[in-house]
Amino acid sequence: MTELYQQQRAMRAMRRAAMQRGVIAVLDIGTAKIGCLVLRFDGPETFRSVDGVGSLAGQSAFRVIGAATTRSRGVRFGEIDAMQETERAIRTAVQGAQKMANTRVDHVIATFSGASPRSYGLAGSIDLAGGAVRDDDIARVLAACELPPIGEGREVLHAQPVNFALDHRSGLSDPRGQIGNRLSVDMHVLTVDANVVRNVLYCINRCDLELAGIASSAYAAGISALVEDEQELGAACIDMGGGSTGLSIFIKKHMIYADSVRLGGDHVTSDISKGLQVPWATAERIKTFYGGVYATGMDDRERIEIGGDSGDWEKDRRTVSRSELIGIMRPRVEEILEEVRDRLDAAGFEHLPSQQIVLTGGASQIPGLDGLAPKILGQQVRIGRPLRVQGLPQAATGAAFASAVGLCLFAAHPQDEWWDFDIPADSYPARSLRWAVKWFKDNW
Amino acid sequence: MQPLRATRATASDPHAGTPPRRDPAPSRLSYRFHRLWLTPLYRSLLRVGIPTFLILTAAGWYFANPTNRFAIAEKAAEIRRSIETRPEFMVKLMAIEGATPVVDAAIRELLPVEFPVSSFDLDLAAMQAEVAALDVIRSVDIHIRPGGVMQINVVERVPALVWRARDRLELIDATGHRVATVTDRVARPDLPLVAGQGANLRSAEALSLIRAAEPLGARLRGLVRVGERRWDMILDRGQAILLPETNPVSALDQVLALDQAQDLLARDITHIDMRNPGRPTLRLAEPAVAELRRIRSLTLE
Repeated sequence: MTELYQQQRAMRAMRRAAMQRGVIAVLDIGTAKIGCLVLRFDGPETFRSVDGVGSLAGQSAFRVIGAATTRSRGVRFGEIDAMQETERAIRTAVQGAQKMANTRVDHVIATFSGASPRSYGLAGSIDLAGGAVRDDDIARVLAACELPPIGEGREVLHAQPVNFALDHRSGLSDPRGQIGNRLSVDMHVLTVDANVVRNVLYCINRCDLELAGIASSAYAAGISALVEDEQELGAACIDMGGGSTGLSIFIKKHMIYADSVRLGGDHVTSDISKGLQVPWATAERIKTFYGGVYATGMDDRERIEIGGDSGDWEKDRRTVSRSELIGIMRPRVEEILEEVRDRLDAAGFEHLPSQQIVLTGGASQIPGLDGLAPKILGQQVRIGRPLRVQGLPQAATGAAFASAVGLCLFAAHPQDEWWDFDIPADSYPARSLRWAVKWFKDNW
Repeated sequence: MQPLRATRATASDPHAGTPPRRDPAPSRLSYRFHRLWLTPLYRSLLRVGIPTFLILTAAGWYFANPTNRFAIAEKAAEIRRSIETRPEFMVKLMAIEGATPVVDAAIRELLPVEFPVSSFDLDLAAMQAEVAALDVIRSVDIHIRPGGVMQINVVERVPALVWRARDRLELIDATGHRVATVTDRVARPDLPLVAGQGANLRSAEALSLIRAAEPLGARLRGLVRVGERRWDMILDRGQAILLPETNPVSALDQVLALDQAQDLLARDITHIDMRNPGRPTLRLAEPAVAELRRIRSLTLE
């Protein structure tokens, strides 16, 4: 745990160094594509004169100056499967973004969707010695959380305090300076497979880059696709990627649950490929051009030429109606959504005051999904696109870039995590000295 | 209106059946090189530093060899010479205007220029100073006229007086500047004579006195500067008019008026002393004094 703590602290220091230098890259390692955005930080309100309107969600401090995306290789289910291939794909994306930005980036914040994330809700409480809550009290209460056995070979990716309670008052976001006797905290811990993180680290190091932060893509997609009141009142963001579908639940602007379903758009493609006996690339093209989940009468008449190059005339002249294509796609999409529904039920999503569900990610662009999803997930479903950030090219504003854009926001304003506070053990002697002073005061 | 149906893919679709494309990923080496190239320091070094260094090194190596240096200087001199000796810049003859033949010859002797010569080789300012140093020249202007002619425009000094200095006889102009030396007074009988040390310094005054003495005509012999202070006007028959330091012309006018009224100068007088204009004094000649005494000694009987 301490090793991880040090590692995460090192990453935070790296992020600060990158901010100092002004250029940082974000890297979204997905199953379908690898996207790289280069951000330039010039301090707040540099690109726009102050006109009374404040900065746009605090994200006007940066500007996207380079963007590149490439087809992903060697990634399955959001996890790195073939290291050399992935490294090459990362190199392609980073080089393209660097070329567009015309600058060199050394620090990168990465995100990935797989690694079977698992959420834990932790609680800890301490007795306050001096009455008012101070910084080291926060650190102490965070340290007081008992970590459940997270399993062999797993590591903590996020450890965010989501709620503080002081005596009987709960729902405090920042208890510092308040008076009370007992401080308790609820912490959300997200653990992932350590090997996956190690692979990502290795790939990025092989590209001569330094990792300045790492985030779960479900979390990143949530902070970019959910609007502010959804984050406040409670919502789930479902990031439908290529190899896995991430879901994150937000309330009071904190992520309280994240999970991922190892199903995604690539499974739909593979179904089409198998069902129609076409190559993968053709299946992908047919899916993106003609795909859908609702068949109408006209779709029976629309014939899609599948093509082929076997030399057999009969095989190469095959056509398929759009209804048949939809008939292949729909069960798989339903399966994904049902799986998501199960996860949401397991997380107790129905107990949230607001049950907004936002679908984003590349696979959410299937036509008709906004009609199908409410049948499975509930009535409050919308298709979300990521927030607009300055300088983002038009090509990168689609739903597929939700986690990349979310990572930009994460880079600019990271949530306080457990490792942002000093280790309380360091301040132990000071505390005992204070206790001694207090004892003197009380008894003399 | 947009068609409701998407365009159909056909068998001639470029994506179907083409061989797999080349790996678009940059090699590790090219990736590193690209990153290096994007580093500002390397970039400026490569674009400015190394070319500058190479050029300077090459130039330094070349100039380190004295033969090369000499060859370049030689070449430069040759080019310069070829331009200077173009016919447009050549001066073929000298033309002197406004000079008497004597002065003309003197100037030609003074400026020994071998024609034709390039105008770049002529130091006109020095030549002008040299010619202007001649006493006879009041002003000189030397320039190269189109057509390759060195034009010398000269204004000579006009002699106004003959000045008998201690041991020589010189011509001076109205400003008192020396013009030439003459061997003999007879060489310029038309000019009035002045004598005495410092006479040339007050030549304007001398000239005005000579103009005022116009009525005396040929009786005027000349003016003598006395003690660098005042003038004596010398007439024939040994007569002299001693003029005061200040206002000598009015004193002379006074004498001339007396002469006109009483025929003063025709009398046997050697000196008319006007040094104190309020009290003119006459000095009689020896016979006249004797005669006067005789007349005074006569008594009416």
